[in-house]
Amino acid sequence: MKLASNEFLQAASAALQEQDKAQRRTIIGQFLPLARDAAASAYGDFDGLRAHMKRVRRHTTAHLSHYLEQFEEAAVQHGNQVHFVANAEQLNSKVLSICQAHSARRVAKGKSMVTEETGLNELLLKAGLDVLETDLGEYIIQQAGETPSHIVGPALHKSLAEIRQLFLDKHKLGDRDLDTVSEVVEEARSVLREKFLAADVGIIGANALIAEHGTSMLVTNEGNGDLCANLPPVLIVCTTFERILPRAEDAMALQRLLVRSATGQPQTCYTSFYTGPRREDDVDGPLETHIILLDNKRSDILASDYSEMLDCIRCGACLNHCPIYIGVGGHAYGWVYPGPMGSVLTPLLNSLEQAHQLPNACTSCGRCAEVCPANIPLPDLLRDLRQDESVQQLKPARWRNGLRLHAWLLRHPALYQSLTGWAMSVLGLLGKRRGTFRRLPFAGSWTGQRDFPAPEGGGTFMRQYAARRRRGGKRG
Amino acid sequence: MDKPHPKRKRSRQRRDVALMVTCLADLMRPSVGFSAIRLLERAGCRVTVPEQQTCCGQPAYNSGEVDAAVPVARAVIEAFEPFDYVVVPSGSCAGMLNHHYPALFEGEWHERALALSAKTWELTRFLTEVARLPAPRHKPLESAVTYHDSCAGLRELGVHQQPRQLLQEQCGVQVSELSQNQVCCGFGGTFCARMPDISAKMADDKLDNALATGAAVVAGGDLGCLLHLAGRARRRGLALEFRHVAELLAGDPRGPGIGEGRE
Ligand code: SF4
Repeated sequence: MKLASNEFLQAASAALQEQDKAQRRTIIGQFLPLARDAAASAYGDFDGLRAHMKRVRRHTTAHLSHYLEQFEEAAVQHGNQVHFVANAEQLNSKVLSICQAHSARRVAKGKSMVTEETGLNELLLKAGLDVLETDLGEYIIQQAGETPSHIVGPALHKSLAEIRQLFLDKHKLGDRDLDTVSEVVEEARSVLREKFLAADVGIIGANALIAEHGTSMLVTNEGNGDLCANLPPVLIVCTTFERILPRAEDAMALQRLLVRSATGQPQTCYTSFYTGPRREDDVDGPLETHIILLDNKRSDILASDYSEMLDCIRCGACLNHCPIYIGVGGHAYGWVYPGPMGSVLTPLLNSLEQAHQLPNACTSCGRCAEVCPANIPLPDLLRDLRQDESVQQLKPARWRNGLRLHAWLLRHPALYQSLTGWAMSVLGLLGKRRGTFRRLPFAGSWTGQRDFPAPEGGGTFMRQYAARRRRGGKRG
Repeated sequence: MDKPHPKRKRSRQRRDVALMVTCLADLMRPSVGFSAIRLLERAGCRVTVPEQQTCCGQPAYNSGEVDAAVPVARAVIEAFEPFDYVVVPSGSCAGMLNHHYPALFEGEWHERALALSAKTWELTRFLTEVARLPAPRHKPLESAVTYHDSCAGLRELGVHQQPRQLLQEQCGVQVSELSQNQVCCGFGGTFCARMPDISAKMADDKLDNALATGAAVVAGGDLGCLLHLAGRARRRGLALEFRHVAELLAGDPRGPGIGEGRE
């Protein structure tokens, strides 16, 4: 997927103009946090579970190679083929070569952010394969030729009316109404069912890899993952190594956190475990299974000060709670991962130079960190990225110089107080009548959208206070 | 602060409090500083305003110019460490001292930052948890008031119920709650200037919610948010009055609200 994160400001401003979409996002931003809060409190000690998971993650990353080896060994024993790949190209060409080895023509995909990250579909389509997204949201945006706007609900930006029109245009099924949600879903289901049966290869992601059993876990609400995994003769699980957890019970703890944080459900409709190809007595299942573990800079992240970002379980809660994400929507972020987690991941998985606007799309309000089930200190990581932005001289020079001059002035109280004392007295006088300025030199980025309130008048506090003390001699 | 109080718990019980005025109150709204002094004195404290203070260094820190913020933090630590308590009429600046200063240093300065952190209080927390205000002497407020919880105060310091309790006790007002009162107003320090369109949209959401309460006054504990909201409200021509909670508590909403003209 083409990276357009440095156009964030323009894209965001454009998104703010789209009233309908903005309205729908506002509703999402109210509904999903309510659902998450209700689920977290119904659970009981949700924060205790978060802390427990954090300890499990710390332990796992400290013994990462041990658990990865354990996973690989167990998975191979069950008949899986395990591939470690370094980057996007390697993942894509691995998948392609598996497809080609089976002379596959049709690929059915479950929802996978990792393959969005690597741009797999594009490559497979170019190679002449028929690639079908089977998650309803992914299917909708694939039909519309769009990209996901949310990591859990990829088509959350689309209205029912848009989806209805899309299906009427794309499915040549003759006359029907599609007036209700269930009619729309029913149509997608019937179109998709046939495709599942015809697919040669199924591709899914994973929410966790269980080291002790060599099993991968997938959490869905639609069951499409199971159909992708079990109907086609070949299954490919595309995921990243940081999904690894030591035990099945750790994966269950993750699942409890994930589902409540993502949708506010206590449980998704499907939680599936894939262990390997069909065994002798099995009635169904794939004949051949591959697990591809992608690195794509994650080893670098692990070794950096941003390693906690690898604890992310992709629940999307930080998106739903972020007023900036809700304000501008996912597409403005210009890549696969939006919102607070995306503002950290996009620069790390690409380069800060290509995405340095994103860490600035944050008011440090802290709401994301408050709900992140993985307890990732997102605002701190974003601030650290802003620091890197400054060190790498990516920030506009006038901002950087202005802030540094200000900080220098702060360390010279006498000078600061005399300069501000003078300036505020003047501004106070000039703004006395109206109380605000509509325009002010050097303050265009403030006054573009708001008036600049005039200082209260009478000069700065420090000046007035000093004068009162001189007059009254009273201890302040 | 003008008139000394007639004998209230003198000497031994008087707490030695340094007021950190904050740069925005210093520059834009001195009455917040004077209100804070009056409140603290009424609560039986001896208040000093260290002369060497300017600002906590948050603009540079939050914008990633951390190395420029470090010497500012050192100067603040030096200026305020002689006192028993440091009280700040801002959740965001108090949060900076409470949570972020210690993370800036190692070794001796880290210890000094921790010691400062331990005695630094946001104003409304201090007045509910450390030094209590006596019963009010001023008239109850007549206007309906809504309250904007600034993010740093709310999430870093747990400031939420304290200003409401004080407004109830001191001004006889029950806050008319904003819907979505956990959501940021879009100020965010330099964010509001770096991403003005998004910032304005967030302000609009907050202002619309404020209008929906029917309250005439929007109070808050952080001038940054209030200046941003007042500026946007004026631009939209909304008839809302913006005040720092300290002004209301001190019984001193005499002058115009934030961003209002005066004759
Ligand atoms: S950063 Fe946290 S809240 Fe955001 S998607 Fe990842 S786990 Fe969920």
